[in-house]
Amino acid sequence: MKANNTILFFLALPAGLVFLAFFLIPMVRLLGIGASGDEGVAAYFSILTTPRHFQSMVATVLLSCSVTLAAVAVSTVSGLFLVRNQFPGRSVLISMLTLPLTFPGVVIGFLVILLAGRQGVLGTFTQAVIGDKVVLAYSMAGLFIGYLYFSIPRVILTVMAAAEKLDAALEEAARSLGAPTWRVVWDVILPALKPGLIASGAICFATSMSAFGTAFTLATNIDVLAMTIYTEFTLGANLAGAASLSIVLGLVTWAALFIARSLSGSAVAGGG
Amino acid sequence: MKSRTFFWLQLAFTLVLCAFLIGPVLLSVAAGVTENYFQGISSGITLRWVMEVLALYMDTIYLSLWIAVCCLLSNLVLGVPVAYVLAKKGGRLARFLEELIVLPIAIPGLAIALALIVSYGGFRDFRTGWAFILVGHILYTLPFMVRSVLAVLQSINFRELEEGAASLGAGFSQRFFGIIIPNCRSGILAGALMTFTLSIGEFNLTWMLHTPLTKTLPVGLADSYASMRLEVASAYTLIFFILIVPVLILMQALTNRRF
Repeated sequence: MKANNTILFFLALPAGLVFLAFFLIPMVRLLGIGASGDEGVAAYFSILTTPRHFQSMVATVLLSCSVTLAAVAVSTVSGLFLVRNQFPGRSVLISMLTLPLTFPGVVIGFLVILLAGRQGVLGTFTQAVIGDKVVLAYSMAGLFIGYLYFSIPRVILTVMAAAEKLDAALEEAARSLGAPTWRVVWDVILPALKPGLIASGAICFATSMSAFGTAFTLATNIDVLAMTIYTEFTLGANLAGAASLSIVLGLVTWAALFIARSLSGSAVAGGG
Repeated sequence: MKSRTFFWLQLAFTLVLCAFLIGPVLLSVAAGVTENYFQGISSGITLRWVMEVLALYMDTIYLSLWIAVCCLLSNLVLGVPVAYVLAKKGGRLARFLEELIVLPIAIPGLAIALALIVSYGGFRDFRTGWAFILVGHILYTLPFMVRSVLAVLQSINFRELEEGAASLGAGFSQRFFGIIIPNCRSGILAGALMTFTLSIGEFNLTWMLHTPLTKTLPVGLADSYASMRLEVASAYTLIFFILIVPVLILMQALTNRRF
């Protein structure tokens, strides 16, 4: 099979050219532009040195971390439950929990408005019960709800895939030795799930860090990193700043996803 | 007895989670067909808002479908061969290349869009056409197609199948189209559905790449969320759901079978 390598080369060529022309070269140019502003290469550290960028970074990291913790916690409870129990309607529940996997961020932002916006159900409900209209949608809390919404399907899929591979014999051994349920969960199941949980957490963190659509619909005055980049580019006409910030953000999300992939072998990512 | 309570508690928790995910979708569907959302569903059910959206935004729906179909076809032509090459070569180089191809998922859409704009913004006709958006969508969806096909190839022993065919005298194209493609069809189908739904819903890149004449469905949605009354925005969202939910359900039927 000597001609093989030539054939393989030509099979990969079209995609390679598209990728080179529209991704690699533009990204390298962006890297250069990031350093072309007044501050030069120092622009790449503006995330630490410019107070507004730093604040936005801190807010985004805090938001992403809390969403990650919440999403992993709730998805682990439901994911484990769905893998370990057989009952009628189970597959319907799984379908419902994973349906929003590819919903765009903008749509999720709108769903949050329906839930907790000015005319949302939460407002109507709280007005009736406590006489005060609670509106969360346009604040950090609204972003939290939205990010949690798009994180749950991804995390649940990863948790379920990891739970499928659990060794039932270990659990049985623990039980036969007299361990109560909570100890089986704490000492046997959770440690075995750990790589899967870290992987799904990393995916969740990366998607939350770079999510743009949800923030775009909701955040009129919250500066998460994606919105900061967007306003630098459109309102500030600060191309170098936008470029350097987005490259720093890209490095962070790439690193998180790299961890996820090396731990679980696959990553369920998508736009937020 | 105790484990029964535990079961019901977990079930209740899972149902609450389902309500959180599906409730808002139903809410938006209801709002899209309600005469006046502020007064509630008792004000009457109407298709007026849906009609209004179709009159205002029909072009965005056509454009999104067109781009999604083009994106899907491009992914078949570009992605399937690459997955085969990666599976066939294996080793460190292939893993490095896979890592490269997957980069556009890891890098925020904003960054990719900025990179495309600074590099190709000068080419007016390209910049203002729908092909500019298509390029962004292909970059973003290609990894999903490649991964999906690669996963199937790595789980079957395609080398043996190919050697068998080769020993019977099959040439390369006969092997590729007669053996490889048919054996990967589940991966190709899953990848195709994934790329199609991702392309239809893509916003992060598209918002930066679009022009007033090339608005896609999600761009139109953002537009309506900002400037239209709630019923119109909901009706538009309803149309979006009608387009993608069947594809999503089909996708689940394919991929969730193992659970």
